[in-house]
Amino acid sequence: MSTVPAPASLAPALREPLAGLLLAMADDEFVLGYWDSEWTGIAPMLEEDVAFSSLAQDEIGHAQAFLQLRAELSGEDPDAVAYGREPADFRHARLLDHGRGDWAFSIARRHLYETADALRLEALAGSTHAPLAELVAKVRREERYHLMHVGSWFVRLAEAGGEARRRLEAALARLAPDAATVFTPLPGETALVEAGLMAAGNAHLAGRWQALLEPELARLRLPMPRWEPPADGRHGHEASEDFRWLHGEFTLVARSEAGVTW
Amino acid sequence: MVSEPVPRPLESAVWAALADVPDPEIPTVSVVDLGVVHRVEAERGRIRVELLPTFVGCPAVEAMRRGVEERLAGMAAQVEVVTTFRVPWTSDRITAEGRERLRGSGFAPPVKAVTADSAPALLPLLPSAICPHCGSHRTTLENAFGPTLCRSIHHCSDCRQPFEQFKTV
Repeated sequence: MSTVPAPASLAPALREPLAGLLLAMADDEFVLGYWDSEWTGIAPMLEEDVAFSSLAQDEIGHAQAFLQLRAELSGEDPDAVAYGREPADFRHARLLDHGRGDWAFSIARRHLYETADALRLEALAGSTHAPLAELVAKVRREERYHLMHVGSWFVRLAEAGGEARRRLEAALARLAPDAATVFTPLPGETALVEAGLMAAGNAHLAGRWQALLEPELARLRLPMPRWEPPADGRHGHEASEDFRWLHGEFTLVARSEAGVTW
Repeated sequence: MVSEPVPRPLESAVWAALADVPDPEIPTVSVVDLGVVHRVEAERGRIRVELLPTFVGCPAVEAMRRGVEERLAGMAAQVEVVTTFRVPWTSDRITAEGRERLRGSGFAPPVKAVTADSAPALLPLLPSAICPHCGSHRTTLENAFGPTLCRSIHHCSDCRQPFEQFKTV
């Protein structure tokens, strides 16, 4: 969509790490967007039906824009990357490998994700790769609404007591091992940090995320997740059954006929 | 730096033509009213227009781009319309005329955008909306997500009407 070419000043050794970062971010947003879209038509209330459909549209739009930036480095067509890969080739965080679950699960997962994503975007806001900094400036203005919307639902369910709180606690317990996987270290990220493409590495961001979230969870007396990202926290080794199902759904039209548009 | 303004008839004609191109989702405002036009270059048979998407995932961008292309067709041998994120579109780019037209068709114009550059808070405060029907400030946000990505849903406590706001971003 954008026609801004990658600056010639980008060192060749940085191209692959940057393409990897963009793919990880695109896959996170893309997969989460498709899980959100699983609420279209059946959310607990009409307002949330609209909200989650909008969230889905935002996230898939962000994924497309990240893949477009990546295309300037890799030459790979964004649609082909999004709809033409096998499940094992996706690189989203394991946090997003779980199925949609119930409403509390969707809210818990989104809250963990949005708070982590906000810090990741903040670390890219001053990126020396200008097209990335420019896109991130735009994306952050939209993500503010996601943070607000999902964050207020999270507090609402936690403070509601009864079944709502029980379900939220159960969701957090299930997500605890994978909560920090958005910050899984990426190949070559040290070089990206040294060149100023990212302000800080994932290990540092994970620490900041804990400092942001821990006081809130403590105040709400909710269980703490695992704060350290595991080394294998990004998809790419073995696809979960949930994700394989989702992959079948979102590639259905693309697989139906070569070169189909919709 | 002070320089003599150079008359650019083709460029002025392009801007005038762009004022005819409606937003595909809120047709009472034009792409110029919305501040979506980032840059116009027009000289010697060549026109290039850069558009700023209001939202990254806005599905109307392509319709908007085509609308601009069709409107400018024939004004130069070569017409190129591209989108860019070079500067972020923010709701502060909507012109005074655009804000009036939004209000006139029942949309609350956005309020002054809060910068997203501050450190992330768990619950960022969102700006409020002024009722486009009665001008009341006593309004509540019903849903930050409305019928399109750029619209939110509100309710006025005074005239008791629901209304939409062009989202502040």
